[in-house]
Amino acid sequence: METILGLRTDNFCILASDMTAAHSIIVMKSNEKKIYPVSDQILMAATGQQGDAHQFAEYIVKNVQLYKMRNGYGLSTASAAHFIRQNLAEYLRSQTPYNVNLLLGGFEEKTGGQLYYMDYLASSHEVKYGSHGYGGVIALSILERYWRPDMTEAEAYDIMIKCVEEIQRRLIINLPNFHIQIVDKNGIRVLPDITTATVLSKKSQA
Amino acid sequence: MARRYDSRTTIFSPEGRLYQVEYAMEAISHAGTCLGILANDGIVLVAEKKTVNKLLDESVYSEKIYKLNDNMICSLAGITADANVLTNELRLISQRYLIQYGKTIPCEQLVSWLCDIKQAYTQYGGKRPFGVSILYMGWDDQYGYQLYQSDPSGNYSGWKATCIGQNSSAAVSSLKTEYKEGEMTIKDALALGIKVLSKTLDTARLQTDRIEVATLQRINDKCVTRILPDTEVQALIDTFEKAEAEAAAAKKEKQPKP
Repeated sequence: METILGLRTDNFCILASDMTAAHSIIVMKSNEKKIYPVSDQILMAATGQQGDAHQFAEYIVKNVQLYKMRNGYGLSTASAAHFIRQNLAEYLRSQTPYNVNLLLGGFEEKTGGQLYYMDYLASSHEVKYGSHGYGGVIALSILERYWRPDMTEAEAYDIMIKCVEEIQRRLIINLPNFHIQIVDKNGIRVLPDITTATVLSKKSQA
Repeated sequence: MARRYDSRTTIFSPEGRLYQVEYAMEAISHAGTCLGILANDGIVLVAEKKTVNKLLDESVYSEKIYKLNDNMICSLAGITADANVLTNELRLISQRYLIQYGKTIPCEQLVSWLCDIKQAYTQYGGKRPFGVSILYMGWDDQYGYQLYQSDPSGNYSGWKATCIGQNSSAAVSSLKTEYKEGEMTIKDALALGIKVLSKTLDTARLQTDRIEVATLQRINDKCVTRILPDTEVQALIDTFEKAEAEAAAAKKEKQPKP
């Protein structure tokens, strides 16, 4: 039911997640943040069973930070992705698997923006754009249509608004608010949330 | 006095020493010499083999120099049986890192993990320490070319040029005078390595069957590690001996004739 979206370009990686926390058919909260800063240059969006997602994300974040403390330098995005996938795969085959779906975004001078798609069965792929959840199914065609490797931050943000607009129009589940974070050469930043109001004002401009 | 305190590694003597650890270091100072030299475009390891017998079948493996992973080679001085256990451990640590993070382990991390094991053997359970010192040469994207040394106590340190084994202190002091910081190429390092090793040997002449030489260089974004074949080692020895002979002749000429 929850949705996370992400796309990479040569200069940054941007992630979006819905802000709904539901219990059964009731919305408990509409300002939940599902994007976690893993390091100065890595972001992770996690969905799935809420307890699992939070617990697993916290575990990963603390371990990546521990690596930096021990060695004086951090993990690259590729190594972090490998480490996360390895952990998911190990837990999958234990008595207590984590039910989480992830998008991992990072930026490095050498590679530009990077995005990794991972699911609860511990598959991992480096992708141009990706999504999880019912909303993701709708957003994917929009990402496919508009993605370019040389997009600006504003263009990418606009595409995210387009995705949210379509999710809100087509999906039967109510996902009013989306939280957006970006990582580029200056590090991690939070961009303004995309809400029903954002979508409406965008429409009236057009 | 020492007898009461040297049977166990875990007990300090009243003077605050750990005799077993010191004895292990002593064992190494009788072992075949290994030396390493850092150059701008690579690293060199030169090692002396102790057991030389024409009946030994040497076609299978090299005795002193081992490849640990894509980016690292090490050379060991000390008890060979202990050394084999440690190289096995080093390779395991490398592979464990590779499976966890998907890239080759950075040099210092590998050295540090192994030294944790070495240290444990100086502290726990009445075991003896490993009688092995190790020289590691490697490359990683964080710090580039690196040369490390570790000893039985579990101490390790990084070097530009260093030596372990027999006559190592003499070798280190001649490395200190002859190492040209920031100007060394891999060719200079090879020549210097042979020259310094020749000073540590008991035998007068250098022979290819007593020497192992390895190099590590970064070529086209890949680490290329090489254990030199006998022909190339012989060429190095020939150049060295020629230079020595010339130096001796020049010295003779300078001296006034009686």
